[in-house]
Amino acid sequence: MTKRLLTAALLLAVSVIPAHAAKTSLVVGMPIEPPGLDPTVAAPVAIREVTWVNLYEGLVRIDKAGKVQPLLAKSWEIAPDGLTYTFRLQEGVKFHDGSTFDSADVKFAFDRARDPKSTNAQKQIFAPISSIETPDPATVVIRLKETSGNFLYYLGWGDAVIVAPETAANNAANPVGTGPFKFKSWTRGDRVELTRNADYWQKDKTKLDTVTFRFISDAQAQVAALRAGDVDAFPNLGASELFAEFQKDARFKAVAGNTEGETVAGLNSAKKPFDDVRVRRALMHAVDRKTLIEGAYSGFGQPIGSFFSPNNPAFVDTTNVVPYDVEKAKALLKEAGYGDGLSITIKSPQMAYASRSAELLSAMLSEAGVELKIIPTEFPAKWIEEVFKAKDYDMTIVSHTEPLDIDIFARDSYYFNYKNEKFKALVAEAAKTTDEKARFAKYAEAQKILAEDVPALFLFQLPKLGVWNAKVQGLWENSPIPSNDVTEVSWTE
Amino acid sequence: MKRSRIPLNSALVVGGVLTALLIVTALVSLVWTPEIPTRVRVVMRLKGPGEAGLLGTDHFGRDVASLLMAGAWNSLAIAWPAVLLGAAVGIAIGCAAAAWKGIADEIAMRVSDVVFAFPAVLSAIMIGALLGSGPLAAILAIAVFNVPVFARVTRGVALQVWTLDYIAAARAIGKHPLRITWEDVMPNIAGALIVQVTTQLALAILTEAGLSYLGLGIRPPNPSWGRMLSDAQTYLSQAPHLAIAPGVAIALSVLGLNLLGDGLRDALDPTLKGRGAPA
Repeated sequence: MTKRLLTAALLLAVSVIPAHAAKTSLVVGMPIEPPGLDPTVAAPVAIREVTWVNLYEGLVRIDKAGKVQPLLAKSWEIAPDGLTYTFRLQEGVKFHDGSTFDSADVKFAFDRARDPKSTNAQKQIFAPISSIETPDPATVVIRLKETSGNFLYYLGWGDAVIVAPETAANNAANPVGTGPFKFKSWTRGDRVELTRNADYWQKDKTKLDTVTFRFISDAQAQVAALRAGDVDAFPNLGASELFAEFQKDARFKAVAGNTEGETVAGLNSAKKPFDDVRVRRALMHAVDRKTLIEGAYSGFGQPIGSFFSPNNPAFVDTTNVVPYDVEKAKALLKEAGYGDGLSITIKSPQMAYASRSAELLSAMLSEAGVELKIIPTEFPAKWIEEVFKAKDYDMTIVSHTEPLDIDIFARDSYYFNYKNEKFKALVAEAAKTTDEKARFAKYAEAQKILAEDVPALFLFQLPKLGVWNAKVQGLWENSPIPSNDVTEVSWTE
Repeated sequence: MKRSRIPLNSALVVGGVLTALLIVTALVSLVWTPEIPTRVRVVMRLKGPGEAGLLGTDHFGRDVASLLMAGAWNSLAIAWPAVLLGAAVGIAIGCAAAAWKGIADEIAMRVSDVVFAFPAVLSAIMIGALLGSGPLAAILAIAVFNVPVFARVTRGVALQVWTLDYIAAARAIGKHPLRITWEDVMPNIAGALIVQVTTQLALAILTEAGLSYLGLGIRPPNPSWGRMLSDAQTYLSQAPHLAIAPGVAIALSVLGLNLLGDGLRDALDPTLKGRGAPA
C-alpha cells in the first residue's frame, strides 16, 4: 500500500515537472506549401521558408538585419584584386546522415549549382566563378572571372547552401543538410516536421526539440488556428484586416515588419501606348500610393517610387519623382495623344493584395480618364504562361520578393519588355563594384532612372505581418531574406 | 365565387412579389443608385449601415446599397440569357427526341444523363475554369447544365402529348412531325416549361454568385453579389453587414423564384397540386 502511494506520488511529481519547464516545440504556420525541400533547384520562396538555416547551411548567412555573417565558413580573405576568395571552414561539422562536411562538399555543391543543366533559380550568384580549389579539407579557394560586389552576400542565400554528393539528388523529398534541425516527415498538403539535430556543430545553440511547419492558405483558417493554439506563430499572416485584432490581444505579439517584396504594376513597354514614357508617367501620376496601401493592405506597407527595398542600405526615396497629381496625368495623356481617354487592361492574380490593388488602380486611373479593365489571372500557372512567358498583357501586378533584384529591369527577356541601355550598363557596373560607397551610389542612380522612366507603376513594399504567441521569442520581425529562421527561437515561462 | 384565369395561391403571390422586387431593383439600378456603385472612397471604408448610406460601405468605401442594386442587374443579366440559351437548346433536343424516338432519343437522353450526373454548380465551375473569367464564359457555363434539364422535362411531357388521339389523327393525315411539334405539342407543354424556367433561373442566380465568388463570373470592378460575399469573408468580424447584405439578397431572390415556380405549377396544372415537382 505504501509502495503504491509512493509510486503514485512519484508519478505525480514527474508529470508536474514538465509543466514548469519551458515548451520545446514550435508550430509555424505558412500560407503556401513548398513544392519540394531543395532550395538549390527551384525558386519558390516557401522552400526557403522551411529549410534555410534550419535544415541547410551555407558558407555564410544573412542575419535578421540583412548583414552577412559567417556560418560554415568561420572566416575568409578576399585578395586585393577582388578576384580570389579564400574560405576557412568550420571543422567537426557533420551532415544529418552522419557523413563529414569538408571542402569537397563545397566544391560539389557550387559546381552542381552552376552546371549548365542545373535548375538553380539564381545562377547569377555563381556566374562570376572561374574555378573552385580545395587545397585541404578545411580550405576552399574560389577564383572569379570578374569582380562581384555582391558575391559574399549572395552566398548567404538559400540557393547557395551546401549539400552532400551522396544525398543531394534526393534532397527535394528527403533533405539532408548540416543545420540544427533534421528532416522528420512531410505530410503533403498539411505539414513538414523537423527534429533537433543532436550532433549539431554549434552545441546548445537551439532551444527547440521539434519544429512543425503547417500549411494553411485560407486567411480565416489561419486566424482560427492561431486563436485555438494549433499554430504558435504565423510569420506572414494572409489578411491585413485581421491583423489589427491581434494587435489588441495581449496573448499575441503582432509585428508589422518589412519584406523585400516590391509590389509593382508592370507595364508592357514594347506595346502601344506603353512605349511612350509620357503615358507611363501619366499612369504613375494618377496613383495615390497612400490611399492604395490603405485600401489594399489596411495601411501597412511603405510607398516606393522605384524598385529597391527600403531595408537595403543603398535605398533612396524616389516617391516624389513622379508624385500623385491627377491634373499632370491628364495633361501628359493629352500631350501623348490620349486626351479623349484610353482603355487598357490589367491581368491581376488572385492574391488579396493584387486583386484589391487592381480594383483601386482601376478607380484611380478612371479619374485621369483611363479605363482600366481587370482580367483575373490565376497565379502562378496562368500568370507565368500568359504574362511572364508570352508577355501577352498591358498591365499586371505582382510583388517581387527576392532581395536586391533591380537587375530584372536590365534583363532583355524579362516580362516588362523594358530596354534602357544606360540602365543596363549601370546595373552591370554596380554588380562588379566592390567598393561599397561607389556601389551604393550606382544603385541610387539606377533607382532614379527607373523612377523617372516608370517601366512599372511602383506601388508599395509588401509588409510582413507576423503574429505569434506572446511567449515565443526569437522570430524575425522583418524579412531581409525570405525565411523562417527558428534557430534562436525559445519559449519564455 | 369568381375565378381568375390563373388561380392565385400564397406561393404565387409571395414568389411573384419577391421576383418583381428583384426585377424592379435591377431595372432601377440602370438609371439610379444612391451612389455610383464603383466609386471608391477609401477614407469612408467599412462604415456600418446608417453611418454612411443605407447599408454602410465596403472595404473600399463603396456604397453597399448601390452595389447590391447594380449587382441585381448583373445577376439577372447573366442568369436570363444563360437559362434562355439552355432552354432553347434543351427544348429542341427534347422535342426531337419525343417526335422521332428510337436511336436519336436514346443518344440524346444518355448524353443528357452524363451531363446531368454532375451537380449543376460543379459543372458550371468546371466549364468556367476552362473558358476563363468573364460574363460570356459564365453565361455559357450556366447554359450548359441547363440543356439536359430542359431536354428531359420537354421529352417527358411531350411524350405524353404524342400519345393523344388528336396527334395520331394529325399523323394519319401526313402532317410533318415538326409541324405537329410546333402547332400541337408546344402549346400543351408550354406551362410545364415556364415553371421549369423559373426554377432554373433561381439556380442560375445561385450559380452565378458561386462563379463570381470564385472569381470566374462578372469581372471586377463590376458589382456582383457573389464577389461581394467573397470580399466580405475576411471582414466578417469587423463588418458583418458586408456579408449579410449580399447573402440576404441572394437568398430572397432564389426563394422568390422558387416560390413563383411552385405557385405557377400549382396554378397552371391543378392535377399536380400537392404533389412533388416533376424531375
